[in-house]
Amino acid sequence: MAAITKQKEPFVRIAKRDTIPLWKSILIRLAAILLSLLVCAVLIYLITNSNPLQVYRSLVDGAVGTGRRTWNTLRDTMILLAIALAITPAFKMRFWNIGAEGQILVGGIATAAVMRYCGDTLPTFVLFLLIILVSLLAGTIWGLIPAFFKAHWNTNETLFTLMMNYIAIQLTSFFSIIWEAKKGSGTIGTINQKTQAGWISTTFLPQVFGKFNYSLNVIIVLTLTVLMFIYLKYTKHGYEIAVVGQSENTARYAGIHVKKVILRTMALSGALCGFTGFLLVSGSSHTISTSTAGGRGFTAIIVSWLAKFNPFLMILISFFLVFMGNGATQIASEFQLNESASEVITGIILFFILGSEFFVNYRPIFGRNRKGEPS
Amino acid sequence: MSFLWAIFKGIFSVTFVQKAITQGIPMLFGATGEIITEKSGNLNLGIPGIMYMGAIGGLTGAFLYEHGNEAPNGLLGIFCSILFCLLFSLLGGLIYSVLTISLRANQNVTGLALTTFGVGFGNFLGGSFSKITGTAGQITVYNTGQAFRTKIPFLSDHLGIVGDIFFSYGFLTYLSIIIALLATWFLTRTRAGLNLRAVGENPSAADAASINVTRYKYKATCIGAMISGLGGLYFVMEYLGGTWQNNGFGDRGWLAVALVIFALWKPARAIWGSILFGGLYIMFAYVPLSQSMQEIFKMLPYLVTILVLVISSLKKKKENQPPVSLGLPYFREER
Amino acid sequence: MAENAIELKGICKRFGKVAANDNVSLTVRKGEILSLLGENGSGKTTLMNMLSGIYFPDQGQIFVNGQEVMIRSPRDAYQLGIGMIHQHFKLIDIFTAAENIILGMDGKSPVINMKEVLADISALTERYGFRLDLNKKIYDMSVSEKQTVEIVKMLYRGANLLILDEPTAVLTPQETDHLFDVLRNMKKDGKAIIIITHKLHEVLAISDRVAILRKGRYIGTVDTARATELSLTEMMVGEKVSLDIGRPEPQNPKKCLEVKNLTCLNQYGVKALDQVSFTAMSGEILGIAGIAGSGQKELLEAIAGLQPGEGSILFTDPFSGDTEELLGKDPLKIKNLGVSLAFVPEDRLGMGLVGDMGMPGNMMVRSYRNGHSALLEQKHPRELSEEIKERLGVMTPSIHYPVRRLSGGNVQKVLVGREISSTPRLLMTAYAVRGLDINTSYAIYHLLNEQKAKGVAVIYVGEDLDVLLELSDRILVLCGGRVSGIVDARTTTKEEVGLLMTRRGEEE
Repeated sequence: MAAITKQKEPFVRIAKRDTIPLWKSILIRLAAILLSLLVCAVLIYLITNSNPLQVYRSLVDGAVGTGRRTWNTLRDTMILLAIALAITPAFKMRFWNIGAEGQILVGGIATAAVMRYCGDTLPTFVLFLLIILVSLLAGTIWGLIPAFFKAHWNTNETLFTLMMNYIAIQLTSFFSIIWEAKKGSGTIGTINQKTQAGWISTTFLPQVFGKFNYSLNVIIVLTLTVLMFIYLKYTKHGYEIAVVGQSENTARYAGIHVKKVILRTMALSGALCGFTGFLLVSGSSHTISTSTAGGRGFTAIIVSWLAKFNPFLMILISFFLVFMGNGATQIASEFQLNESASEVITGIILFFILGSEFFVNYRPIFGRNRKGEPS
Repeated sequence: MSFLWAIFKGIFSVTFVQKAITQGIPMLFGATGEIITEKSGNLNLGIPGIMYMGAIGGLTGAFLYEHGNEAPNGLLGIFCSILFCLLFSLLGGLIYSVLTISLRANQNVTGLALTTFGVGFGNFLGGSFSKITGTAGQITVYNTGQAFRTKIPFLSDHLGIVGDIFFSYGFLTYLSIIIALLATWFLTRTRAGLNLRAVGENPSAADAASINVTRYKYKATCIGAMISGLGGLYFVMEYLGGTWQNNGFGDRGWLAVALVIFALWKPARAIWGSILFGGLYIMFAYVPLSQSMQEIFKMLPYLVTILVLVISSLKKKKENQPPVSLGLPYFREER
Repeated sequence: MAENAIELKGICKRFGKVAANDNVSLTVRKGEILSLLGENGSGKTTLMNMLSGIYFPDQGQIFVNGQEVMIRSPRDAYQLGIGMIHQHFKLIDIFTAAENIILGMDGKSPVINMKEVLADISALTERYGFRLDLNKKIYDMSVSEKQTVEIVKMLYRGANLLILDEPTAVLTPQETDHLFDVLRNMKKDGKAIIIITHKLHEVLAISDRVAILRKGRYIGTVDTARATELSLTEMMVGEKVSLDIGRPEPQNPKKCLEVKNLTCLNQYGVKALDQVSFTAMSGEILGIAGIAGSGQKELLEAIAGLQPGEGSILFTDPFSGDTEELLGKDPLKIKNLGVSLAFVPEDRLGMGLVGDMGMPGNMMVRSYRNGHSALLEQKHPRELSEEIKERLGVMTPSIHYPVRRLSGGNVQKVLVGREISSTPRLLMTAYAVRGLDINTSYAIYHLLNEQKAKGVAVIYVGEDLDVLLELSDRILVLCGGRVSGIVDARTTTKEEVGLLMTRRGEEE
């Protein structure tokens, strides 16, 4: 007899997959995206009573419907991609840098400052050099502060970098007022509107890209993507980052100075976020406000994570998220919905993708019998 | 000297204290909920989003009740709004729990996605109501809002300053303090509280002591989410008087996360911490500084939080550290 | 009433191809202390884990108080009155002793009445003579206090059978004596106790009967009164088995490594190594024998620059004659001194390798700094990977396949292959053949002999005495962090080494 049989057999058991064929893992993720789109369609139907297919058509239209919209989508993709690239080295090292927002903002402030104060005096080349240097430096400092405390006293970096965001936001508010365009407006307005000094050109190679384009942004960030891929995969630094992220013991065994790697990597991560601040201010908004980063520092974390730190996959994922976001904005205006619809749709899609990773890594086994069952 | 005197005069006024408390209460709800959640080892960075969900939930409940009702009853309005607030925030907690606990998704990533979703969800519904009903401008649930704002009768207006400082708030204010005290009592005095803390500290030891780790994580995260959601409800009802403001809740959700650190994961400490944070949050208006310097002043709550974080990691006092397994997944070894 | 507290019949448990327990039967009577004796890897802990609900047997029956039971979880075990104290304590650091003891239990009320709880526990501790401050936090406690908390925790849950997994490994002799007093009190109270141990004198001192396992098989149970250290050792180690591992004579041995009075502390602040001194010669294999946790890990890590300590570790290059002090230097400094040292650590994937990387990435753990460029040199690691794959027969779909996914033997080939590829002067291996099949094990022995022939000083930490006796030239025996003897492997016997392993040098 069995004295203890109160325990119920679990309905589902979980087994880790050893390997999964590529097609299967892609299929699982595609299924998740489709499922999420289905859920969104049902929601949209319930709220607007309109044909979901039509809604999705206007989504595509909103993202890439016109040349201008396509360039905007590309521009936003590049920004999101740049941030994702920036935080990836830290993440690969298992350093949870959720302070990208702040690091971007201080880079943006630095850019705006140089544009305002030196825009009229310095020749273009020197101006850009100075802007880039200063924005890199600002981001570096913002990234190094939490890294220093993490390396020396193991201070929780997630919470530290999070707080640094809001300090940077207040700093931005401060400068918004100091530099405000109209007294009392609290906004800076477009910097160097007339001279366009310090603006990344939007008329690069018009014969090829059309009169108005963000091709320079695209070129810069795609170059950065390739460089980051090389840095992570082919350099000694990238190798050290990978080893520290995997096992500190192996790192010590290999003679790697863990503290040094943490500081160096966060300096890089912060610097690149600062650089993205430059791209945002010089290359798209030409102004700075507390919403310049606009939560993209957080979304980028999701991009980097879902891409498993592979820069080329990040292009795809950033594009997808921006595509959905910009498209949803169009839905909102066309169907008289609130523009926050895009965040709701993005959120739902993210939940499904995050959940689908489980089915890529694990195999649920349904059914009962375990070996050793009493007869 | 006159500078300090001005601050001194400002912050020792009844209105300052009242405003500090008003600002602090949503953070207190958020922090208490997040403490309960974090004690199970789940770092729920979706709390700011969940507070938005709770806020819009409360508004939805009251709206459904008041809309098309000739003579709405305030008490029923309160009931409906609390019910929906809890339901909506529970939904947020469930999304987080299913993804991180059952589907083993990364906690930070999931939390941030939830915040994106929750903030959007709140703003979306808040903005859509007027369109759906065809009314111009923002919807208001006046009756329910007023019911939430009802002060304690007699005590609030017969005790002079004492009445103004202690009794001039709606019932949610007192509820937040009661919940924080109850949470402290629960965590320190009950068996379930002891077990919960064990789960957050060392889930494998808890598992070995035959505690159902998964169940505790689910319960703590969902209950924590519901408590946090009440903070959003407080904001739309008592603070705004029953209406919606896009992004009106602002970054108070993150301040609630900061408050958790400041309170060293002790809900009772979060009570005075929330009033302090509320005070720091509005202090800028009481400082004779230029508008720009006021913005610098607004950094105070975050700076104080960082300071606490750094000092507690330097001192390494074990009781003041984050729960050891915070942010880490726990899966029992597959047998 | 049944006389037997526990009866195991025909228990089998396999992990993959390895049989951890093969048809084991065992009885424990009420009110007795049974010692479970066996070498490392003989299946003692696995067997006990089936009683405590961690594993479920593949075959066989378990009877508690004469009734057949199923034990599927620790909770089931508690309900049957079985409590196991693991080597790694399962305690919450920031809780007090009392809080840990009541953890997870349903009380009379959901609110904790600390006064009542303290009174209940105190009654228990007084009855058996425990010394324990119930309000002390775990992080303030010594190892022996933590162990006491674990034992009281089990008794408080109503355990009638206590299983202690090597309880004295972490205790001082005085603490051990006190533990034994408490165990005797519990025995008087009618509790049954199983104690897993290697230390023969303790077996003789405490237990009523001794059950012996060898290589997963049950060898027999004897009354302690009729056993001697020698008879138990013979049962434990068995007949000398001939393995036919070649052992060439050392060629032109020279002093390569000289360790003097090395003392190291472990993570608990307890001496893991205590005044260890020895020399390792080039062209010779020095075997290191000892019960698990006798300081082997710390010794190798100290030489590799991963563990601080006091004393001296002098390395002399047998070819150039240069001498360097290694203690107090990190692995990079040691490497930069030109000391060519190879180390195959026990934790292969956690310390020696990077699991998610393929073979070339793992080759780079040692060599990634080569060259002045900021870029990694990719060609050589790739060639080396191919060469190792070819020469050692690493079974992998591609050299770029993550090593984490390889089988244990192939993981070890990658690690050993990399370490010997650096043409070391000193090669240290920790449990180099653990978990490997016979063929791979022989391949590793062969590689070590090859290195020896090249004039490398080889240090081989092992657990299988048969292998140590056939492979090594000399055997250093560690016991409790001290050197209890250095013997000539050609002339010594299994019994001699076995006895040295269980006896601290100074105690005789």
